[in-house]
Amino acid sequence: MAAVTSLGETPLTAPAGRPRGMQAGRRRRLNIFRYTVFTVFGLFFLLPLLALARFSLEGATLGTWSVTAWKQIASYQNQNTGIPPLISAIEITLELAVITCAVMLVLLVPTMVWVRLRVRWLSRTVEFLCLLPLAIPAISLVVGLGEIYNRIQRISLSALMLFWVYVILALPYAYRALAAGLTAIDVTTLSEAARSLGASWFSVLVRVIVPNMRAAILNALILTAGVVLGEFTIAYLLLYTNLQVELYSISRNTPNAGVLFATSLAALLLTGVLLLIMSYAGRPRRGRG
Amino acid sequence: MAAAATTKTGARPARAGRRRRLTAPAWIGAVPFFAYVAVFLLWPTGIVVVDALKNPNGAWAFSNFTELANPQVRGYFIGSFKLCLISSLSGAVLGAILAYAVASGDPDGIIRRLYISVSGVLAQFGGVTLAFAFLALIGPVGVLFHASWYFDFPWGIALIYAYFQIPLMVLVFLPAIDGLKVQWREASENLGASAWQYWRYVGAPLLAPAFFGAMLLLFAVALSAFATIQAWENQIPYVVPQQISTALSSEVGLSNVNEADLLALGMVIMVAIVMTAYALLQRRAARWLR
Amino acid sequence: MTRTADGAARTAVEVRLEGLSRHYGPVVALDRLDLTLLPGELVVLLGPSGCGKTTTLRLLAGLEDADTGQIFVGGRDITRVPANKRDMGMVFQAYSLFPHMTVRQNVAFGLRLRRIAAAQRDKRAMDMLELVDLSTQADRYPHQLSGGQQQRVALARALAIEPQVLLLDEPLSALDAKVRAQLRDQIRRIQLEVGITTLFVTHDQEEALAIADRVGVMREGSLEQLAPPTEVYSRPATPFVAQFVGLSNRLPGEVRGGQVIVRGCTLPLVDADTPDGQVVALVRPEAVTLASHDAPESGPLVGTVIAVTFLGATSRITVDLGDATILAQLPTADATTLPAGSRVALTMRPDPVLVSAGSELAARAADEEA
Repeated sequence: MAAVTSLGETPLTAPAGRPRGMQAGRRRRLNIFRYTVFTVFGLFFLLPLLALARFSLEGATLGTWSVTAWKQIASYQNQNTGIPPLISAIEITLELAVITCAVMLVLLVPTMVWVRLRVRWLSRTVEFLCLLPLAIPAISLVVGLGEIYNRIQRISLSALMLFWVYVILALPYAYRALAAGLTAIDVTTLSEAARSLGASWFSVLVRVIVPNMRAAILNALILTAGVVLGEFTIAYLLLYTNLQVELYSISRNTPNAGVLFATSLAALLLTGVLLLIMSYAGRPRRGRG
Repeated sequence: MAAAATTKTGARPARAGRRRRLTAPAWIGAVPFFAYVAVFLLWPTGIVVVDALKNPNGAWAFSNFTELANPQVRGYFIGSFKLCLISSLSGAVLGAILAYAVASGDPDGIIRRLYISVSGVLAQFGGVTLAFAFLALIGPVGVLFHASWYFDFPWGIALIYAYFQIPLMVLVFLPAIDGLKVQWREASENLGASAWQYWRYVGAPLLAPAFFGAMLLLFAVALSAFATIQAWENQIPYVVPQQISTALSSEVGLSNVNEADLLALGMVIMVAIVMTAYALLQRRAARWLR
Repeated sequence: MTRTADGAARTAVEVRLEGLSRHYGPVVALDRLDLTLLPGELVVLLGPSGCGKTTTLRLLAGLEDADTGQIFVGGRDITRVPANKRDMGMVFQAYSLFPHMTVRQNVAFGLRLRRIAAAQRDKRAMDMLELVDLSTQADRYPHQLSGGQQQRVALARALAIEPQVLLLDEPLSALDAKVRAQLRDQIRRIQLEVGITTLFVTHDQEEALAIADRVGVMREGSLEQLAPPTEVYSRPATPFVAQFVGLSNRLPGEVRGGQVIVRGCTLPLVDADTPDGQVVALVRPEAVTLASHDAPESGPLVGTVIAVTFLGATSRITVDLGDATILAQLPTADATTLPAGSRVALTMRPDPVLVSAGSELAARAADEEA
């Protein structure tokens, strides 16, 4: 099973063990199609990024090259504290990502398993609720969240408190990934077998079901991390500082226009590389077949 | 937490005879989840909805709805709608093509991983970064060329939206394509169908519910893409989220906070309709492609 | 001359595979296979997974390309003909019905592609559904049918287009045992009625023996034996065939003058020209019978019953002969008098026996167990 399968359903399965061939003519046409598509879309996605790169390396006069912008990011210092705020913003965002992922898993996995095993009629409702955040504008959410975060801030002012709402934002992606993983395994039989051997529900979950959902869980984690690393609106409007917000404020506060672009590119690359690495983490250790 | 709740609920039948354990109904196991969602999703949304129905004094009033008669406001909604329709339609079609290209390759290969990770990144970056990227590419001093239409409505913005609509489509639609069983293709070939006939009679009809469902999702996301517009700094007055944000920061536009809520409400309603339609479509898609 | 379901006359065709080879990277799936199917014949390709039987079928269907070799149908070379022009009907192992179409629409699909008028299409579809006893389910959807019913619809769909050849890729493997037996016989009945040349692939030897005109036992890309079922069973050409089809006892023996002496019994040989020497003989359990209830103290075929397996009309008993274990298959009436622990004396019927040089067989056997 491949670790990365979009929002998580099992990839194209060839019959176990036996490689499945395709008629040569058709394969050829398919490959032409695929490579054309990848090239066209690859260019479409790459060009703006390259433009960002170009602008980020722009010197004082148009047309020249200079790495000043990048140096400025690295060394950007807040006058008050000596620590570059960018580093602390990265730290905070990474911590946020970890917390959000953990909470999301603890919240979603047991619930989804339980619903599938015992309360099937609720599954449509759960699915709907999990998709809702995708469609509700961050603005609307923020207006309502203001009150709640007022109360939260009486307890803690840390930006890490953003995780409460980030879990919600990640729900649509995580849900689909986990749902696909659940469909692929026969949860009912597995849990009944484990229960008959004397396992508690906790053991069933942790020792039997989760290990079988590794790929789907990894997918869910990747997508959740993507949400956290890319989130700007809510953090900004709630007056917290995370990676995106910090990049934005750097870009507003430095005279060098190149910094704008450098920071944008940095954010994209950072996240992309991280996600790609994560997708390899779930590679099945057994051999082919 | 959730795990504890599930252990509490043992819904197994009571042992034969004497000891009847007090069993809670099974749905209690789902309570932690519902509680969480209720607090952090439904309540904020509820606040917006309720606020929209009140006037500045805090009393219930429906006068805010007359704002909707305002041709300017209506213009904003219609413009929003048009933009989202265009971008979701094009995003859906293009994304579907890309998804098919990814799906038909090696499930474990680098291309698939790459495109999915990239999609995971780009689908989130509907904001500042994207705006800058396009500024760099085709803005006034753009690297590629200067497109005077780059901030024009709707095509300029649709292009930018495409940048995250397409990856989102790939993420959402890929499972559906994976669900197309290879036996269907082979069976139809065996019965005499050409590639075109296969898609026409088998492939497309099977993918249609998932496709339109995904498109609806794209539509809803487009509707709520605020940050991209924020970065354009009032250059484009036609999209509702922008209107709301300016209302919130009491710059140009509506100064009445409750009217900001109303606009938010309008959007939430649009979205609710879209989501319901999506849910209905999903039911059919799920049955066939499971 | 044979008849289709609606009475039209048609001629069955011969199918000839010559020198077919196919490999996937370093793995050789097929190694220069030669196979001819006579008109109207049902040939079953039998073998363990990976032996190349499904590859053969898919090459014939055109779903994959052979590396070398040619395929002739009715005398015409179709090696280069694409799959959708080959005029063959195929039944897959599972999942091949289109879920968004009703049963009727599924069956009529091939006809629709051939632009046959709606009324005619419908009639033919219903005829086919009657042939498989499912005309009452015509307007249901595949997910509303059982596995066995789905496969019958798949069969009807394959036959609706009046193909020249019928291909079945382990169609019964995904079904329950009882349904499997019924459907197997039904498929054979229909195949005979329609008279179509058919290639059937399976790993279940009981299936193969029950319905085939000829059985082709395959192993690692080659045909080990191609012969009618009785011959494959009683005169296996190679040790692999003997092991794969039915059960065998492997007993040491000595060949002398065209016969083999196994544990005191002199038995004829399948291959009378076998040179004298030590061999391993393959003796079928049903060739081992009861000599007498009163077992003498000792003898080459005297031992203690270890286990009795009840199979219905017959029973299989496992007997410990001291230095070897032997399986015998007896009518149950006899077996019930032999509970575990009792002593028996056995003998062997003079059925022809396959032998093999000792070391080769042991090595092959070790391979199989692995």
